[in-house]
Amino acid sequence: MTTRVLVPSGVLGLGFDRKALARGVAMKPDIICIDGGSTDSGPFSLGAGVSKYSRAATKSEWRTLMAARAEAGVPLVIGTAGTCGTDSTVDWMYEITVELARELGQSLRIARLYSGQPIARVAQALQAGRIDPLTPAPEIRLDDLSNVVALAGAEQIQAALATGADIVIAGRTTDTATIAALPLSRGDAAGGAWHGAKIAECGALCSTNPTSGVIMVDFDETGFTVEPLAETAACTPHSVSAHMLYENSDPFRLYEPGGHLDVTGARYTALDPRRVRVEGSRWIPGPYTVKLEGARIAGYQTTILAILRNAHYVRNAQAWIDRLTGFLTSEIETRMGLTTGDYGLEFRLIGVNGALGGLENRSGDPVEVGVLGIITARSQAEAGEIGKLINPFVLHYPLTDDEELPTFAFPYSPATTDRGALYEFALNHVMHLDDPMAAFRLEVSEIGAEVPA
Amino acid sequence: MRLGDMVLKVRSKNAGPFWVTIDIFCDRPEVFGQVRQALSSSAVAALYDVPEQLLKRFDIEELRVVKFSLPRPVVQGSAEDRDMHGAQYAALLEELEIA
Repeated sequence: MTTRVLVPSGVLGLGFDRKALARGVAMKPDIICIDGGSTDSGPFSLGAGVSKYSRAATKSEWRTLMAARAEAGVPLVIGTAGTCGTDSTVDWMYEITVELARELGQSLRIARLYSGQPIARVAQALQAGRIDPLTPAPEIRLDDLSNVVALAGAEQIQAALATGADIVIAGRTTDTATIAALPLSRGDAAGGAWHGAKIAECGALCSTNPTSGVIMVDFDETGFTVEPLAETAACTPHSVSAHMLYENSDPFRLYEPGGHLDVTGARYTALDPRRVRVEGSRWIPGPYTVKLEGARIAGYQTTILAILRNAHYVRNAQAWIDRLTGFLTSEIETRMGLTTGDYGLEFRLIGVNGALGGLENRSGDPVEVGVLGIITARSQAEAGEIGKLINPFVLHYPLTDDEELPTFAFPYSPATTDRGALYEFALNHVMHLDDPMAAFRLEVSEIGAEVPA
Repeated sequence: MRLGDMVLKVRSKNAGPFWVTIDIFCDRPEVFGQVRQALSSSAVAALYDVPEQLLKRFDIEELRVVKFSLPRPVVQGSAEDRDMHGAQYAALLEELEIA
């Protein structure tokens, strides 16, 4: 059976071509699927359990997609809702959905799939030897994790769809799961379902016009056909096959719950200048495992930024921060009683090696150098206090004892900024499950349209 | 000659929080052949300061792409990380002199 999946864009919150979306709806898709996030922006979203994208952008795009769903009369699914897919961001997305249902006058059945993992469950699985590390895995420590999620696969999305939901708001899923779920349950080729899902998960990134967003994939018994819906976009065998490289450490294998996709035998054929047909990808069943993601607070940060424009200091910026660090380390010890094991203090030279640090192998003659001081301490109060202590020296410290006190450029007042918690990724592991739903929870609710009085 | 001057594009990006992947796109088969031969895995491992045995390399003839994946020199978002998305790592390879 052919299954037609409409993917409006690679992520909710980045925009899409509305005309292309309308064209997609007119082509009568069987389902509309969009991703809500990933780990790509770092551990903060997962650690804090909040969306990276603004509520306003999310709501305005979700409004368009909810209207498209009503017109198409098919389910709308979002995976990894609210950037990180914690239970809190699923609830945030649900709240937006309920608001919009009221505003749009829609009556809906909504399924929420929760991917959050109680620490006790993870601890029990660990004890039972049901957790395996991936490479490279941090040492597993469960006592101080703020959030743990498991990445749902196709089975959990299928369970959510089986409730008859108009809208599925899923917590953390793999990038591909929402797209692969329906084709798999309708008996389309498993290799094609996962491969087509991977190609479409970033929206039009697999086409010649990456920012246009909207993509349609037709899945069937032997493979899939992909077509971009913006007039200015085309899919070519090269643009489609090259997408397997993107954010993938292995471009031929993709691990999912319950097996992996192998595209070494895939053949990409241009059907016309815009559409590509793909066949020959294989699905290799394996143990049913779900990947875990977790984050913890690794400290609290305060930053300070000074700009060196004086040529003498620009030339000697590294020597200056070395001498400054030595001086400050002893000041912090004398005045606050803290040794270097208690906190972190790092100065980064923007204009010298700000992006690459020790890996940088070029040197130049910059006009100015930004000195970014980053303090990491055990509490925000302590980080802020260190920031205040070092502030006058970052402004005035001389390169040698026999020169007058310099004064550098602080771009704002106060010169220090409290950044809040620093989160770190704490897991790169998989958990074995006997039943795919054993680590996931479904909630179904009916939202009635309010009749205006 | 610098690698970036020979090829269409060199890009890098995180592949999850623990890996970074670098793709070198060549426009012509001859360039791909040249890059494939002249670019040693040991030189790339040295550039990113990772043990060579942890480096994954894919020479993909149909796409004219040479791809490297390596454990991130520092984990994404850790206190030591300077490049959250890992997209600037490509610059080192772009500027590598190729014999």
